[in-house]
Amino acid sequence: MTPLQSYLLLSALLFAIGLAGAVTRRNAIVALIGIELMLNAANLNFIAFWRFGPNPEALTGVMFVIFSIGIAAAEAAVGLALIIAIYRHYKTVNLDEVRGLKG
Amino acid sequence: MSTTFIILALVTLLSASAAMSLRNLVHCALSLVVTFGGLAALYLQLHAEFVGFAQVLVYVGAVAILIVFAILLTRGGDSSKEPILAPGWIAGIAVSTIVFVALGWAVLTSTAIPKQTPAAPEITVKNIGDALMTKYVLPLEVIGLLLTAAMIGAVIIAMRDEKEVK
Repeated sequence: MTPLQSYLLLSALLFAIGLAGAVTRRNAIVALIGIELMLNAANLNFIAFWRFGPNPEALTGVMFVIFSIGIAAAEAAVGLALIIAIYRHYKTVNLDEVRGLKG
Repeated sequence: MSTTFIILALVTLLSASAAMSLRNLVHCALSLVVTFGGLAALYLQLHAEFVGFAQVLVYVGAVAILIVFAILLTRGGDSSKEPILAPGWIAGIAVSTIVFVALGWAVLTSTAIPKQTPAAPEITVKNIGDALMTKYVLPLEVIGLLLTAAMIGAVIIAMRDEKEVK
């Protein structure tokens, strides 16, 4: 197994763990943590492909990951603000109980 | 595969599993910090030093603190007796297993993956800064605008609704 393949397998496993957590947990914050894990797995893929790819001087993978980290930070801020607003409205962050569309 | 990679991968995967499976939310957040640290070390090992330090600054520094704050602000109604998994969790586990098997099969059978390891690229922060200020200056500005909009939006969403205060 080449180094690139081991990095890709690690990233796939991390993605699967994040997906399982985001889908199965009832708490909204843990679901958001799972989404962060999936984003990080994708970032690891970018860096691995950049490192073992044919033209690393072009800096494409590094740039993509830097912008991706910025977008993930914005996503986390807005997501947690939404969770706090939902908690204030429903008095719960349990995803099973937050199902009313109107009020 | 070096020993360093195996250790870092084990630390990252175990702490990620812990972050997804522990009952106490604060423990989840702390495991998540360990996961982010392991990923930052992996980036350093892949000669992407700037990304590794940005990972430490943004994720370990900011996002983890934000998650801990959200956990503390939403603590009120949680009872430890409730099940932590949603109904139908077996389907969720099955879907993620299928995703992993498909990805792993694609990785292991692909012929497009280069076999040899190229020499370590010499990337300095100066190169990255040059590229950010010349070739990638438009995406940089857009990211700045996006972060400003997200910050204002987060503040407005989380702001107390005046009608509810009685």
